[in-house]
Amino acid sequence: MACECGNKKESLDKYLAPLREVLKNYEKEEKYLIPILQEAQDEYGYLPEEVLKEIASYLDLSLSQVYGVVTFYTQFHLEPRGKNIIRVCMGTACHVRGGADVLAAVKDALGIENGETTKDLKFTLETVACIGACGLAPVIMINDDTHGRLTPEKIPGILASYK
Amino acid sequence: MDQTIYRSHVLICTGTGCVSSGSRDIKVKLEDELAKYDLTNEVKIVETGCHGFCEKGPIMIVYPEGVFYCQVKPEDVEEIVEEHLLKGRIVDRLLFKEPLTEESIPSYKQIDFYKKQKRIVLSNCGRIDPENIDEYIAIGGYEAAGKAITEMTPQEVIDEVKESGLRGRGGGGFPTGLKWQFTHDAEGDKKYIICNADEGDPGAFMDRSVLEGDPHRVIEGMIIAAYAIGADEGYVYVRAEYPLAIKRLEKAIAQAEEYGLLGEDLFGSGFNFKLHIKKGAGAFVCGEETALMASIEGKRGMPRPRPPYPAQKGLWGKPTNINNVETYANVPYIIKEGAKAFNSIGTENSKGTKVFALTGKINNTGLVEVPMGITLREIIFDIGGGLTKGKKFKAVQTGGPSGGCIPAEYLDLPIDYDSLKEVGAMMGSGGMVVMDEGTCMVDVARFFLNFTQSESCGKCTPCREGTKRMLEILNRICAGEGKEGDIDLLENLAHHIKDTALCGLGQTAPNPVLSTIRYFRDEYEAHVQDKKCPAGVCQGLAAAYVIDEAVCVGCGMCAKNCPVDAISGKPKESYRIDPDLCISCGACAEKCPVDAISQG
Ligand SMILES: Cc1cc2nc3c(=O)[nH]c(=O)nc-3n(C[C@H](O)[C@H](O)[C@H](O)COP(=O)(O)O)c2cc1C
Ligand code: FES
Repeated sequence: MACECGNKKESLDKYLAPLREVLKNYEKEEKYLIPILQEAQDEYGYLPEEVLKEIASYLDLSLSQVYGVVTFYTQFHLEPRGKNIIRVCMGTACHVRGGADVLAAVKDALGIENGETTKDLKFTLETVACIGACGLAPVIMINDDTHGRLTPEKIPGILASYK
Repeated sequence: MDQTIYRSHVLICTGTGCVSSGSRDIKVKLEDELAKYDLTNEVKIVETGCHGFCEKGPIMIVYPEGVFYCQVKPEDVEEIVEEHLLKGRIVDRLLFKEPLTEESIPSYKQIDFYKKQKRIVLSNCGRIDPENIDEYIAIGGYEAAGKAITEMTPQEVIDEVKESGLRGRGGGGFPTGLKWQFTHDAEGDKKYIICNADEGDPGAFMDRSVLEGDPHRVIEGMIIAAYAIGADEGYVYVRAEYPLAIKRLEKAIAQAEEYGLLGEDLFGSGFNFKLHIKKGAGAFVCGEETALMASIEGKRGMPRPRPPYPAQKGLWGKPTNINNVETYANVPYIIKEGAKAFNSIGTENSKGTKVFALTGKINNTGLVEVPMGITLREIIFDIGGGLTKGKKFKAVQTGGPSGGCIPAEYLDLPIDYDSLKEVGAMMGSGGMVVMDEGTCMVDVARFFLNFTQSESCGKCTPCREGTKRMLEILNRICAGEGKEGDIDLLENLAHHIKDTALCGLGQTAPNPVLSTIRYFRDEYEAHVQDKKCPAGVCQGLAAAYVIDEAVCVGCGMCAKNCPVDAISGKPKESYRIDPDLCISCGACAEKCPVDAISQG
């Protein structure tokens, strides 16, 4: 079999090109690790291993150090995620106004559990502690849009508008 | 600058609350209508930050009259333009109606929700366009920074803040002037200042609204603080869940740089100050100051023991001053109006005002700013309009996961840092969640513990393991498997964790449990001994539903909606619920057209 190393390297380079664009804007300092991870995740949707390795070598940190930071913060993900991120608020205000029923309705509508992604990669479901729109409780956030004053009946209609 | 003179200004709220209620569509519609009636040069649309009254959003205020329209829909816009803006007739049906009297109130200042408030931090929120620095400057913005830097020495600024009696609004209530003094006195040629905008407490959105509605006020407060302590670089650490706040702040910083209010040689004094934004990455513990600094440095956001305090060894080991958003937002007022104006408001040891996020089972949810020393009753009933559906007040939770539940007997307590501590709660960041008879206090305690448990960073054992054990016990109690001695065990564990945890997260995590045991012990006992949840919340314990045969009309809606087929009967005859099958979900009671079903 012919050696494919060259080939692989080429496709890896291509894969990492957007990341390298991001890295150009940052100096090689540890304090930029989190902003770089945030931008990389915006770019790739999640943080694949190759991306973490590249970031580690750019910042001259060990991979385990980068991995430690990634797993500490709930914002970072090591698995592919859906196109639309649904965050159901489980905060106090939402809790006393029926947030749990809203979560159940979302689970029902998508057939996934908290933390999972639909097979078609359209939706990822997460819960958060408070979105800061407690006046409109119960609240969910889809991408950057906040939807408030929800009842379980409103969920299918809202989800439909994101398909 | 725009030189046109307009005869009317229409303010549309574009805070997160009103945007999600549809205020953007209203703005688009209003632009269309104004163009249609050829009013574009006479009426100016201003997008503002949050008015605090999110419950009634989208909110629109028409000046010069100050008419307050609420829950405006795109369909209403044409009427407002035609009637109000063209003919000068107020659209009565869109005015706010007091929940108690049903009276419609035209002007914003006369609404009970606003009447008892005292707005310093929020004074511009909802009044100016937060994305336009000229509007902030036009109402006296950046005058305080100018005064501090050109007319006062750093020590004079610190003395003024000390005299004002301002205490930190981020939770602990540490005297702000003293904190500045420590950082000012610390040795070092490089110092930092940080604004804590991590606002992780569930049920709190004060800092978000200030950043979205008046970002320049926070920046100005930071400039003054930086000058006072001798810092030339600052960070605002904002939660990633607040995209709009981040956007507004970015814009505000860019504008301030353009006007020479940030950067080099401010006000020609030789003082330099550079301000950065740092986005959080979703970890509650990063609100704790040492964890927050670790996070800015690019590390895992874990707290470390103090001392050394940030004033001595902070960001990258340099002396650092860290304050909350609301703390900084008070500073321009203190410098401009003087310490006396500020300390004439409030109680003996808590001066000024406090912003609270009023939520839960209350009519007027929203953001309120009140003088320290106001009673809970005034906040909940006069400003908040009482409980929804006329239900009975049971408790109010303050201070989020570090705080506690305050029962009805303390409704007349004048609130400040110290009085709240005495009753086992906490000022915290200012979340206030109102609960009625339908709220189970054991469930609430479990809710908060579940939160702190999953947010525990895992560094110290009491917090990592102790909260887990407590949560297990609470889960057991809520599932109807509570054992004799569980309540004492909870208390015992709680005290150990409080005394031994490394950071504020663990030290305060048991508070919600302790305060609910203190005031609602009978509810815990009902769960453990009688296996009953008096509020009917805990699924494992809820009593089965029963149908009142005398009222039942035999429609069969209940049987149709029962998820476990526990209801039997024939149409037009009375139906019956099998108590052994009933899971107490309440679906039947909700659907019953004649209210014949209740929990037995
Ligand atoms: C677990 C934990 C979370 C905290 N979260 C916040 C927060 O979200 N915002 C905040 O201003 N302070 C928070 N604090 C308090 C900060 O550690 C710090 O005391 C505060 O920012 C100081 O500002 P102040 O003196 O102006 O109140 C938190 C503390 C702990 C222990
Ligand atoms: S508790 Fe849900 S938005 Fe705050």
